[in-house]
Amino acid sequence: MSPASRKRPPVELLYLAVLLAYPLLVYPEDALFRLTEISIGMQLTYIFIYAILALGLNVVVGFTGLLHLGIAAFFGIGAYITGILTVPAYPFQLGFLAALALSTAGAALLGVLLGAPTLRLRGDYLAIVTLGFGEVTRFTLRNLEEITAGTRGLNPVPAPSLPVAMTVPLHWLGIEPDWSLDYRLFYYLALGLLLLVVVLLRNLEHSRLGRAWVAIREDELAATCMGINAARVKLSAFALGCGLAGMAGCLYATTLTSTAGPDAFDFNRSIIMLCCIILGGLGSVRGTLLGVFLLIGFDNVVAPILDGLIQGADINPSGNPLLTFSNWKLMIFGLALILMMRFRPEGLIPSVQIEAEMTKDLPGPRGIRAEAR
Amino acid sequence: MTPPLLVAAVDTSSGWQTFLQYALIGLTNGALFALVALGYTMVYGIIELINFAHGDVFMLGSFLALALIGAMAKYLGWNWGEPAMIGLGIGLLLVVVPLFCAALNVTIDRVVYKPLRRAPKLAPLVSAIGVSFVLMNVGLLWGGAADRHFPDLVSRQSVLGETAALSFTVKDLMVVAITVPIMIALTLFVKTTRLGKAMRATAQDPLAAQLMGINVDRVIGATFALGGALAGAAAVIYGLYINTVSYQMGFQNGLYAFTAAVLGGIGNIPGAVLGGLVIGLARSLGSGYVGERWTSALVFVILIAILVFRPAGLLGSRTRDKV
Repeated sequence: MSPASRKRPPVELLYLAVLLAYPLLVYPEDALFRLTEISIGMQLTYIFIYAILALGLNVVVGFTGLLHLGIAAFFGIGAYITGILTVPAYPFQLGFLAALALSTAGAALLGVLLGAPTLRLRGDYLAIVTLGFGEVTRFTLRNLEEITAGTRGLNPVPAPSLPVAMTVPLHWLGIEPDWSLDYRLFYYLALGLLLLVVVLLRNLEHSRLGRAWVAIREDELAATCMGINAARVKLSAFALGCGLAGMAGCLYATTLTSTAGPDAFDFNRSIIMLCCIILGGLGSVRGTLLGVFLLIGFDNVVAPILDGLIQGADINPSGNPLLTFSNWKLMIFGLALILMMRFRPEGLIPSVQIEAEMTKDLPGPRGIRAEAR
Repeated sequence: MTPPLLVAAVDTSSGWQTFLQYALIGLTNGALFALVALGYTMVYGIIELINFAHGDVFMLGSFLALALIGAMAKYLGWNWGEPAMIGLGIGLLLVVVPLFCAALNVTIDRVVYKPLRRAPKLAPLVSAIGVSFVLMNVGLLWGGAADRHFPDLVSRQSVLGETAALSFTVKDLMVVAITVPIMIALTLFVKTTRLGKAMRATAQDPLAAQLMGINVDRVIGATFALGGALAGAAAVIYGLYINTVSYQMGFQNGLYAFTAAVLGGIGNIPGAVLGGLVIGLARSLGSGYVGERWTSALVFVILIAILVFRPAGLLGSRTRDKV
């Protein structure tokens, strides 16, 4: 690690401390809720879950440079594996940890099955294959009604059981040991898993495997010449990325107590996750976290609040769709993508290599890399 | 969103007859997909960009056609009940809507894609997704979130006579009578004119084309204009044929059309037509024999299989990445 990044941890620890303290200090959120009609703590929980999903996508797209447009399918697969393994309608009824492990492994395995024949395809064809796979998954989840309950989704997904040892510290923190009464159990569960994933990725990033991913992204031919087994390295990125998406899916289904319908895992979800990592900075863990925080926060928190404000202020008594803020969301996402690509393609917190590549400030004659593409 | 295939009405008493009827429906639908697919394939052939916004240009085209039909009746007193007026009206739509879509497509290229020509490939692709979102939002604000009914102007009378074993309506005939000449004209245009030659040259090697004195930017603009015009024509026919339009139809139909383009070999003009027909057939036969709800999944399974086993598509030849 460079000295610069050694100085940074205190800032990150500060954010972490705020996130850890928030639910303890602001609880119950009644006053805030009256103002916004949204439970910020609950939305933060979903942001943590989407952050795990985005970090998974970042491994594939950001680190390894494989454009994956179907990550939502693996998110959905994780959710449905959890649903099948836990809902009372099925005989398995496993506990949360077993479901989490199997969802992660199942999604990773499917990622490998999809990746093995397709990863040799060139960039944009791979994008289309993953997109197609995403759509096939969604239609399959919808059509196999005997297994997935069609558009209704599987429910109720039971809450994890708390270890007995947890009751005393929970009581001490003033947290109700009942998942349906107190959102904070899910909050800390999601935050804890997110932290684990972040630590895992930050370690992997600088490991032999992490450097191999980046080498493949930068120049597959050169990386292969250096003795990197491109197929295996790409497959490992795919497996890890899809596995993390499955893990996020399990957490999502558990938090929602339902797998939701297949349409929760559509192409739009994949694209929004992609927007998050592009906005934050491809290949950068901190950038991904920032991107998720900004975009999902905007989508789930800011937009509904603005909608509520517009409605409350009586600006729009006739219900004109032009004055409903949510009707402009696609436009805002779209413009954000276009403007980012035009003016700051490396993202808000770019990784060092991506920044150099996107701004073409590399040693050697200018313009050559642009031609090489 | 997904265009209904009208196969429910097919008489299933005789095996062969049923099959032929499905095939006929599939080929008619396929001709429509082919028109949209041509826009994808031409743009990809020249600048190697999957233009995600293409389907949404198509969607806005059909919204414009819908608005024009209403406006013509309201302000010009156009009588959409009389056959001659219908014919003339559709002719007018087939001029105005393609012009609009061409202008829109060229504007998008100039404003969004052109500054990114030398950027890494991911940048224009992501921008195209962004443009698609913006256009979809325009459609949402213009037409609302619900499906819109598109006037059913063309008769469903069978051309082959009511007693014939197969049903081929005036509506089906309209699709074929408009799409086939357009495709022939396009092929001749690309094969014989100077601009067509310039397009082929640019697709082969932009740098060499530029060195030969071809104005590559103009060629790219012309390609976007042509692709947009084809999407516009397809939008009018789609509205008249399917009679339902919605702001989300661009995404779904765009994916089918893109699948058609890839299936035929992306960048290859006859390939896009062939791919469109195959996709149309797959959808109608799939609806008939497998079940309507599985058709979309079937199309994407075909897409994945083609990409895995024959990435160059049915007619394509370019397989290698330019290193």
